[in-house]
Amino acid sequence: MTFPSGTETAGRYAAYGRRANNGARLLGSVLATLFGLLVLTFVIGRVLPADPVIAILGDDYDPAAYQRVFLELGLDQPLYVQFGIYIKNILTGDLGNAVITGRPVIQDILRVFPATMELATISLLIAVLVGVPLGVIAAVNRDRLPDHIIRVVTLLGFSAPVFWLGLMGLVVFYAHLGWVAGSGRLSLFYLDLVPYRTGLILLDSLLAGEMDVFWDALNHLVLPASILGYASMAYIARMTRSFMLAQMNQEYILTARIKGCSPNAVIWKHAFKNIRVQLLTIVALTYGGLVDGAVLIETVFAWPGFGQYMVGALTFGDMNAVLGCVLLIGIIFVGLNLLSDALYRVFDPRTK
Amino acid sequence: MQEKLLEVEDLTVSFGRGKFRVVDGVSFTLGREKLGIVGESGSGKSMTGKAVLRLLPGGATLEAKRLQHQEVDLLTADERQMRDIRGRRISMILQDPKYSLNPVVRVGEQIAEACRLHQHVSGQEAAERAVEMLAAVQIREPKRVFDLYPHEISGGMGQRVMIAMMLVTEPSILIADEPTSALDVTVRYEILQLLDGLVSRSNLGVVFISHDLNLVRRFCDRVIIMYAGRIVEALAADRLEDAEHPYTRGLLAAVPRIHAPRRRLQVLTRDPLWMEAPGVRAP
Repeated sequence: MTFPSGTETAGRYAAYGRRANNGARLLGSVLATLFGLLVLTFVIGRVLPADPVIAILGDDYDPAAYQRVFLELGLDQPLYVQFGIYIKNILTGDLGNAVITGRPVIQDILRVFPATMELATISLLIAVLVGVPLGVIAAVNRDRLPDHIIRVVTLLGFSAPVFWLGLMGLVVFYAHLGWVAGSGRLSLFYLDLVPYRTGLILLDSLLAGEMDVFWDALNHLVLPASILGYASMAYIARMTRSFMLAQMNQEYILTARIKGCSPNAVIWKHAFKNIRVQLLTIVALTYGGLVDGAVLIETVFAWPGFGQYMVGALTFGDMNAVLGCVLLIGIIFVGLNLLSDALYRVFDPRTK
Repeated sequence: MQEKLLEVEDLTVSFGRGKFRVVDGVSFTLGREKLGIVGESGSGKSMTGKAVLRLLPGGATLEAKRLQHQEVDLLTADERQMRDIRGRRISMILQDPKYSLNPVVRVGEQIAEACRLHQHVSGQEAAERAVEMLAAVQIREPKRVFDLYPHEISGGMGQRVMIAMMLVTEPSILIADEPTSALDVTVRYEILQLLDGLVSRSNLGVVFISHDLNLVRRFCDRVIIMYAGRIVEALAADRLEDAEHPYTRGLLAAVPRIHAPRRRLQVLTRDPLWMEAPGVRAP
């Protein structure tokens, strides 16, 4: 059908308008979520019994100094004024000072976060690269032996506590077999050998051309990343399986088979293409879960990352540090949701 | 009918190891003609179509004395040979393009894929063939439609795409499983006319599965009536009025007529004996 050009242009403008409208709505919802997050962290900070003044001064404080700091922090002001100050500080990147390190929280987080990013990213890679094919294999061989094996393996990953797996992994692969390095990110010998660029040791050592450091870092990373990735792999594999099963019953699969497609083409070209969007949501959420799920595994492996920092801060009642961490996790989740939302549009023509 | 494209003898499809026979001893042959299979839901007409392609759902068992397509024995062909038959020599159009087209693949690509699977052509050539085929099914602006996704086209257009996809490889048999049932009444005859034109031009054998007697009467040369998995009657389409089996007579009586005086339509009364009687062999 040929439209008169005027109609076509009008249609195109309408499409632009729709897109701009969608963008505005997305931005609005992101801002609202972040605002809610700030309200939450602020309220937690005020409600918790930890006294921010004592956190700064220590237990044996001088009453005059207490009064001064109390006023400096604006604690005599009404709550909404305090909230305004809080927002202003955060927007300028000021999350307060951490008592445990004596440095600004934002600096601490920037220092420890790359270690967690490195761990979580490698874990996610393992989870996706193993989990997705396993899920597809299980779906294709439904109720046959491969499916049963995969279901048992993933059930284990799903239900075994990650810290226990970590301990067992250390006992078996480090203590007994000696296949991998023990705790920490690097052996003592290699510490501080490569210049700090991104904070991701694998990347930094490659950039510096220090292959020894790279292999040592990889040796340290492989066990915690595999164990952390195992649980996510189990989740991703199970979800992939059920998504695929739903697609394999669809009529267009029959069409593909009528055409004479090979089983591989039916599975990957037709069915898998249709689960990419659902899978993306799962993977994005899993990534966020890995960043905060690193808490346990970092403790077991003495991994100097975000999780360990947060646990330390929590143990000492260092509210500035804890709330800074909570805020960061919240921002990561919002960011990942935003990212997966954007990627939907790439993978699903129906959302355009 | 000189040439036999398809010979089916004593075809049985059952579930639960022969316990539930959804197709029970069906025999017919197909030449370069249009053969209608009519029956109510669950009479086994769709299963018969799928059985010919050996694309039965999991758990179904297929048995037959003979299932022959020209020189190929479809009963003993392995999966690889069957893949070569499917789409290239025997195609099938499904009911509802809303479900039978892949929602995330451009329609042109879906047609081109059929072409690439069976003809040794480059991607470029396959795409060109797909555009030609879209034009052949009377889609205006075939180049533009090539790049559309199934949700962007109407049901009638979707069924045209489906027809294009199944005929692009120039098969010798086309099984049409209720190809117009999901469409608007106004679009129905358009699609049917299109199909009729294409089919007559390339002179292929068609198995037209439907529950619509009027449609089958117009479109087909011969009609097979199925009930409870068996063929109860086989007739020439223009002699449908001479049907003898009470089931066929009942079906005919249940079709409303525009020009006849309006009376209450007859309700089909079923005789349990129909299920016992041996099936008819269609010539």
